[in-house]
Amino acid sequence: MNQPKKPLPVWADIILIPLINILLALFVAGIIIYLIGENPFEALKILIYGAFGYDEAIGYTLYYTTNFIFTGLAVAIAFHANLFNIGGEGQAYIGGLGVAIVMITLDGYLPFWALLPLAILVAMLFGALWAAIPAYLQAYRGSHIVITTIMFNFIAANLMVYLLVNVFIVPGSMSPESRIFADNAHLPFMHEILAWFDIQVASTPLNISFLIALLFCVFLWLFIWHTRWGYELRTVGFSESAATYAGINSKKVVMMTMIISGALAGMVGINEIMGVHHKLLLDFVAGYGFTGIAVALMGRNHPVGIIVASLLFGALYQGGAELTFDMPNVSREMVVAIQGLIILFSGALTYMSKPWLERFFHIFSHSKPTKMEA
Amino acid sequence: MHSDLSPMAIDLRGISKAFGSVQANKNVNFSVPKGTIHGIVGENGAGKSTLMSILYGFYEADSGEIYISGEKTKIQSSTDAIKAGIGMVHQHFMLVDNFTALENIMLGAESGSILSSSIADAAKELTRLESEFGLRIDKDAQTDTLPVGQLQRVEILKALYRGAEILILDEPTGVLTPQEADQLFNILRSLKERGVTVIIITHKLREIMALTDNVSIMRQGEIVSNLKTSQTNREELAELMVGRKVRMDIDKAPATPKERLLEIKNLSVKDEYGINRLDSVSFDIHAGEILGIAGVSGNGQSELLEVLSGIRDCSEGKVVINAETITPTKHANPEQIRKAKISHVPEDRLKRGLVPAFSASESSLLGYHKHRVFNGLFLTNSSAIKTHCMDLMDAFDVRPKDPSLKSANFSGGNQQKLILAREMEQKPKVLLVGQPTRGVDIGAIEFIHKQIVTMRDSGSAILLVSGELDELMSLSDRILVMFEGRIVGEMMANEADETTLGLMMANALGKSDEKKEDISI
Amino acid sequence: MSKLKFVVASAIVAMSSTVISAGDFQPAVIFDMGGKFDKSFNEGVYNGVEKFKKETGIDYKSFEITNVTQREQVIRKMAKRGGNPVLGIGFAQAPAIDKVAAEFPEKSFAIIDMVVDKQNVKSIVFKEQEGSFLVGMLATMASKTAKVGFVGGMDIPLIRRFACGYEQGAKYANDKVEVFQNMTGSTPSAWNDPSRGGELSKGQFDRGVDVIFAAAGGTGVGVYQAAKDAGKLAIGVDSNQNHLHPGTMLTSMVKRVDVAAYDVLKSVKEGTFKAGIVSLGLAENGVDWALDEHNKALITADMKKAVDQAKADIISGKIKVHDYMSNNTCKY
Repeated sequence: MNQPKKPLPVWADIILIPLINILLALFVAGIIIYLIGENPFEALKILIYGAFGYDEAIGYTLYYTTNFIFTGLAVAIAFHANLFNIGGEGQAYIGGLGVAIVMITLDGYLPFWALLPLAILVAMLFGALWAAIPAYLQAYRGSHIVITTIMFNFIAANLMVYLLVNVFIVPGSMSPESRIFADNAHLPFMHEILAWFDIQVASTPLNISFLIALLFCVFLWLFIWHTRWGYELRTVGFSESAATYAGINSKKVVMMTMIISGALAGMVGINEIMGVHHKLLLDFVAGYGFTGIAVALMGRNHPVGIIVASLLFGALYQGGAELTFDMPNVSREMVVAIQGLIILFSGALTYMSKPWLERFFHIFSHSKPTKMEA
Repeated sequence: MHSDLSPMAIDLRGISKAFGSVQANKNVNFSVPKGTIHGIVGENGAGKSTLMSILYGFYEADSGEIYISGEKTKIQSSTDAIKAGIGMVHQHFMLVDNFTALENIMLGAESGSILSSSIADAAKELTRLESEFGLRIDKDAQTDTLPVGQLQRVEILKALYRGAEILILDEPTGVLTPQEADQLFNILRSLKERGVTVIIITHKLREIMALTDNVSIMRQGEIVSNLKTSQTNREELAELMVGRKVRMDIDKAPATPKERLLEIKNLSVKDEYGINRLDSVSFDIHAGEILGIAGVSGNGQSELLEVLSGIRDCSEGKVVINAETITPTKHANPEQIRKAKISHVPEDRLKRGLVPAFSASESSLLGYHKHRVFNGLFLTNSSAIKTHCMDLMDAFDVRPKDPSLKSANFSGGNQQKLILAREMEQKPKVLLVGQPTRGVDIGAIEFIHKQIVTMRDSGSAILLVSGELDELMSLSDRILVMFEGRIVGEMMANEADETTLGLMMANALGKSDEKKEDISI
Repeated sequence: MSKLKFVVASAIVAMSSTVISAGDFQPAVIFDMGGKFDKSFNEGVYNGVEKFKKETGIDYKSFEITNVTQREQVIRKMAKRGGNPVLGIGFAQAPAIDKVAAEFPEKSFAIIDMVVDKQNVKSIVFKEQEGSFLVGMLATMASKTAKVGFVGGMDIPLIRRFACGYEQGAKYANDKVEVFQNMTGSTPSAWNDPSRGGELSKGQFDRGVDVIFAAAGGTGVGVYQAAKDAGKLAIGVDSNQNHLHPGTMLTSMVKRVDVAAYDVLKSVKEGTFKAGIVSLGLAENGVDWALDEHNKALITADMKKAVDQAKADIISGKIKVHDYMSNNTCKY
């Protein structure tokens, strides 16, 4: 028993297993689509075409991807410290609030280049604050962070309703929404940027926060694996007793990790509020925070994996909408069910196929020495 | 080889098992006559545990055959093993703490679905087993209230209750005092007399010599020798295990203690239930001295190491190093303790000493990751970290010399060498060492002992906590014995003997006879 | 830049004549987040367009929104794929309709419950306060305790408009009457939380209320059930819900979204579509109170007379019903 079980090759763990999981999910989804009387292959074709087939589709896919990268990174960094941040939803919501406060108070005074960094800072600050309270309760008061972050999602939702209905609403307006920010408070859309270079693409919500998201992936990779703080974070995540031995204050690490996690989730506010809607509105988070958990699981908590997983979920969101559009029998609930299947297979059942694969690889790797003996 | 007419209790033929490229067992052949005690020795990673796991159904062999009492038997799960009459007592007891001994024994082997009648049946059977084998336990006691010696008996009874005729014990004496170990051996001998076949895995050669009829020596997955115990000796066994001559004694000059480096006064530690884990402990260590702490595990040795290394706060008393009081102050955390030139090789290397999931180079930073050499303004200096790890590996002969290999994938001895290298590199004034050779192969033990003595000779004060009395007696200059958080005895190592230390560890030296009964059957 | 776009778009609209031939007719309906079977607003529209489909045999395209960003995407896609008219349901779709309508000036758009000021958009809004006023009067007249209640869905201005109209009507019938108000919640789930609706109702009954008006979508079901269980009265909303519990459903404040949706489709088909704002109140039969065989036993002749009089007075302008959303207060 001292012998470690022979691990799978790295590529199998990070590529093959997720791939098998997706295929399993698609297989089950295909059965369901077949049962409701549609052609599953046709549906898959529509899904893929709807996600990547033309410029508008790609724009929307990448726009969703942006949100998932932020929330996926947020969940992933917490995972590295063995924390389960389920509060991405609320942190993103409050991050958006931060953006809106900056824009509404300052869009008449500051130019774009000053507003952008300020908005990013405040979005991250607000998200961080919303994560810091559960973190404090976990580190110093022993309340479990899963419970508190879930609760803080509800608090955020109610707080936002209160603020939108009573504070931010434009008097006389029907919708509980803030006023629209001035033009200098809008992030440039990708189609606008490309138009400067004489490249005409369809107008989509995709904006430069996508590039910011990619940049954040690099930062986070450096932070987790190439700084002393990342080292402490991972030590706490792997072995709290080793962290104690090393003189690492795990309470402080919990605080730091959750603050970064919340800050990342808060960046959804930049994409949604500053990038797309240009006003504060209800429910703009639309479940991105929760999907971030699946994204992180599927992306193995690594920035590269998260980009790939985000792209997949972005494609599912966009292609799934296309599917309900083109296949009347496929309701939006069906699409949610397909997304749910993918989350189920690549999240909850991540390692279901692992024993089979291990056996397969075992047989495969074992047949070699026998041959040599013969 | 065996000409008896009765078939062998166990006969393994050509067992091979590979984990990927690692050949854990290679064409293993050995047999155990019925009603004998058979020892298996070998270094860590020699394949002993894999072999026993195959026999007990945890793994399936890639090739080879198992014969139980002459019949070819396929063992694919522990259920198969139990059916074939094989019982296993694991190194770490597999008992449910808040069940009674009886409930633990019958767990999973109830006679029916109605609990009360099962309990009655089990109690009857247990009484029979107790009288047959002379194994007495308090069957109604909740297991978390029983001492380890008793727990081990519960485990043995559990196996017998399931009809075991072949009993495998994996490192059974690790948690026992020498006296408790002797009790265990008496039990095993009486089992043998009643026809039970016993296989014992151990790395303590003394026990092999004292207990077994035959011994198999494993090295690198193969059985290198099967010997009659009466025809061999410790030196030969050690040599066979390592594959070269091993010096069993430690070559060290007498200590020349110099100035007092560490002074501990009335140190007490209360746990969360208010129980004193350390109770007014006072002692000094001098430069150039190795002070050994003996005691049955769980008598405050761990807490002592934890307080001294800053992991745990003390409730009373003080620690003075180099005339500077470091505990209790607000700064007595591991980071500050390290700055005060105290290094710590923790007892549990996998839990504390390193992070199994980290690469070797990352583990070689543990505790020193903030040092300026390893860090730029923001980013870590990967090449400096790698070089540092390579240096440590060079100095302490860590193999394989691969800083990017996961810490978990090194053998126990190499993990321990890496930790020692990391801590000794700091040239500490005081070195705290817990269980330096637990689960470490003999070759590495020799090396580690040598390094500790070198450290002493260079003027460090060394505090050594170990569960191995042999090690304590040969490595220490002075030995303190702990019992229930107190220091109950002190001896110079060259005057110490196992019996006296053993009695001190049970706090039974010079006590009334009534007290002594605690440790006898 | 968007200003420039607007100017260009308006110019195009001004230049092109807005005559629509029947061949262009391909209705598209974008239901909002509640989904087309929300037992309330979206479902009302669904019933209207289904009726149209049955009568004319012309199918329509539809989509149910799942997140806020989709609105614009889907509306644009509908327009791009030949949708005409494109009908948006709910105030939340207004900004998206506003934007897309400018991009497709040759097409007809309509939105219900919100005003979009574009030359090719028909905006249909309702004077919920007027209908609520009438059911408020009925509540007071039916109450034995002079205490009436209101249970709203999600706490948004639109629902406060219902509440405010109701309160005015109740006080108009008897200025000593006490009006109790509760909102079910502040998230969209408040539209579909019958158990919470039931709890709020019981709470109000305990305080002496004996008639409750629920303007809460699916949550209302719980309110009506609670009223039936307690032997008190309840008032339905949006569609005529009198049949749910005959005997305890005092009346319903009907809001004819089905008719509005039907009319939009029909007018485009017949080429009589006109952009602009249509505000449907009592005068236009856009809102009303429901009297049928299920509740006629509960409405006395006096009550009917008083309500009919008030209705006439509102239409004639003699009674002015304050609109909460005109200044976001209910001070009148």
